[in-house]
Amino acid sequence: MSIANLPPNTPLLSVEHLTVALPDGSDRTHAVKDLSFELHAGEILCIVGESGSGKSISANAIMGLLPGYLKPKTGRIVFKGRDLLQQREDELLTLRGKDIGMVFQEPMSALNPLMRVGEQIAEVLAVHGAYPGPARQQRVLELLNFVGLPDPTTLKDAYPFRLSGGQRQRVMIAMALALEPAILIADEPTTALDVTTQAQILALIKRIQASMGMGVMFITHDFGVVADIADRVAVMEKGVLVEQGPAEQVLNRPQHPYTQRLIAAVPHRNSDETAQGNLTDPVVLEVKNLRKTYVTERGLFVRKRVVNAVDGVSFNVQRGQTLGIVGESGSGKSTIGKCLLRLTDIDSGQLIFNGTDIAPLSQAQFRPMRKHLQMIFQDPFASLNPRHTVGRSIIDGPVANGVPYAEAERRARELLRLVELDESSFDRYPNAFSGGQRQRIGIARALALQPQLLVADESVSALDVSVQAQVLKLLQDIQQRLNLAMIFITHDLRVAAQVCHQIAVMHKGRIVEYGTPADVFDRPNHEYTQSLIAAIPGRHWSPVSARVSVA
Amino acid sequence: MKKFIRRFSANKGALVGLMIFLLVILTAVFCSIWFEESPWSMVAEPLLKPLTNSDYPFGTDMLGRDLGAGLAYGARVSLLVGVVSTLAAVIFGVLIGSLAGFYGGRTDDLLMRFTEFFQTIPQLAMAVVLVAIFTPTIYSIVGAIAIVSWPPVARLVRSEFLSLKQREFVQAAVVIGQKPARIIFTQILPNAMSPIIVTASLMIATAILTESSLSFLGLGDRNLMSWGFMIGAARTMLREAPLMSVLPGIAILLTVLAINLIGEGLNDAMNPQLRKRGE
Repeated sequence: MSIANLPPNTPLLSVEHLTVALPDGSDRTHAVKDLSFELHAGEILCIVGESGSGKSISANAIMGLLPGYLKPKTGRIVFKGRDLLQQREDELLTLRGKDIGMVFQEPMSALNPLMRVGEQIAEVLAVHGAYPGPARQQRVLELLNFVGLPDPTTLKDAYPFRLSGGQRQRVMIAMALALEPAILIADEPTTALDVTTQAQILALIKRIQASMGMGVMFITHDFGVVADIADRVAVMEKGVLVEQGPAEQVLNRPQHPYTQRLIAAVPHRNSDETAQGNLTDPVVLEVKNLRKTYVTERGLFVRKRVVNAVDGVSFNVQRGQTLGIVGESGSGKSTIGKCLLRLTDIDSGQLIFNGTDIAPLSQAQFRPMRKHLQMIFQDPFASLNPRHTVGRSIIDGPVANGVPYAEAERRARELLRLVELDESSFDRYPNAFSGGQRQRIGIARALALQPQLLVADESVSALDVSVQAQVLKLLQDIQQRLNLAMIFITHDLRVAAQVCHQIAVMHKGRIVEYGTPADVFDRPNHEYTQSLIAAIPGRHWSPVSARVSVA
Repeated sequence: MKKFIRRFSANKGALVGLMIFLLVILTAVFCSIWFEESPWSMVAEPLLKPLTNSDYPFGTDMLGRDLGAGLAYGARVSLLVGVVSTLAAVIFGVLIGSLAGFYGGRTDDLLMRFTEFFQTIPQLAMAVVLVAIFTPTIYSIVGAIAIVSWPPVARLVRSEFLSLKQREFVQAAVVIGQKPARIIFTQILPNAMSPIIVTASLMIATAILTESSLSFLGLGDRNLMSWGFMIGAARTMLREAPLMSVLPGIAILLTVLAINLIGEGLNDAMNPQLRKRGE
């Protein structure tokens, strides 16, 4: 391969002073400004940044995949002595896939749903005329085997819908590797995956990189992932590269204040301050043997399917305590949240709220009690009515429960201050706010009813890490100050460990582990919990110690 | 709102449509001032060709009735029938569609089978039967057109409700204890308004055409001059005086075209993302 011909210390790829302008009327002038970095053979370079930092734009600029309204203004991207920005489209075509491979974020939509997996990989080979004849099928099998997919001979004839997210991402990686490219660009390849799958894919990328000696450019927002795989790290903020260096140095002795802030915001376990809470506090909600099955109706040609989403779950929450419900996608954790708020019917079990079983109540009977149980939703962009002002969204609840309008308005303004928003937000529409701000509005809306129990369903997972840290802190503050019971549903063990007093680990509709964060993390009993904890990215790296060394 | 007007006026066709439509409205409003004689009264010699007599620039029909007056009063009937029947159909359709979409399950099944019952009968045939049964008056015509044109609205509203119901802000409204009626009218319906408005604007055009067809078949209101009636009456003289049927035909064509253009303009202005994708 061509790597061998290069003199030592010559970078495989070097980006020099790249500037990409944004169209007029955007919130800043440049998507990427004066960006310079080098990628060497045999290393993994992690590009880290929050959303809108320009990390994906830089990757797409290298591949020549920028959308039409974004044009590189100045700078060079040098690969094998050629400036990629000066190449014609047909010259780039021969490069893409052959010399530079790319893996995308969304494995669910990156494969053609109507083409067999094997054909899609073979197509990459066919486009570049590699491995003609029967050798091509052989190569496809080899690749599927190489990325650790089971039984390649049958799997190559499968359609993408039969594969899980992790398997599809492996197929994507196989396609990217098909022609042994010198460079692999991976744009958030594990963000859409569950944590155990993520750990496997990270291990795979690392193994491939080591065995093939490629240069890997890995784009991510997660410092845990960085700690796991990076050799070198480049940190981007608003289109500017603020810091780069060896992983060990950037992670443990960050120089730039932005990097320091980002690392400080990484969710981590409060090793000592996990207040145990008073075990004698009254129980607010007791759940006994909750069961919920989803049944797809039997049709003429469809067999009846039964999914046990929640399978006999029992737990209780005390006043002033936070219970974390942790699990991967499909574990039934969100269904529990919906059941508690009666947003979906339950099959059996008791939901004893302050001594009354709310499970058998009809919707009309339950409605007057709703104000005691409130929810903070997942998607900050879908959880506010775009046609109502923020004030109205907050007031609606108290008004529906009989509070006079003037009183509700006064309280709404108070709440906006409590969630650290400006009082003038009252008359504005949701589209004027960022994701983090909208989530604060959602919190204010829930608090407006002075609930006793707050259910937060993945309420911070859509947010950038620094915003996530702020919202988590706000939730914790409010929960302590108002002495609320809270149920915190999340897929992220690190977040749960940071805010919860008790953690329940869900797997296939059952609680497999239940205890304090210390119990769950240090003495996990169930093997699923053990695998989950082992898969947490960046486990050997502690952001707390990094902060200490800064101070 | 300002943005909406800017996006609407960016569409030239919609602006032209709006101008024609305003002209039709003005005619409908002021026809009794411009033409003091009733369109039914015989005012001049029959079969005057258009543009030959300065008093009657549109000419007269075989009974000497002023065609200009007929066209102007016809605009009044067409608009009245179009707007009122569409309004009635939209209100009924929204009611059925929102109940079906919001409650789902058995309510949905029941209401949708009821809707399909109406959809399986050809619209015009049913309108003819209804008007014939209830004797042709302006009320029975409006009613019949409303009855045959609500099902598509119900279907549209139902599908909008089905998707909006899943959105988190609607769930949030349930959680804060709002009653179903309030959720339907303050949370979901305002977010479903733009497709409803667009459909309604196009339904006005269809209603005008249906009214014309009914009048052409002799099922119009006997006391009101309408474009469809004029065409129907002139068809026996099609060879001798073709313009007698062509003029009201053009009036229908222009009005319906104008409304369709406005409808498309509204659609583009209310869903700007859709248009960008199409270009």
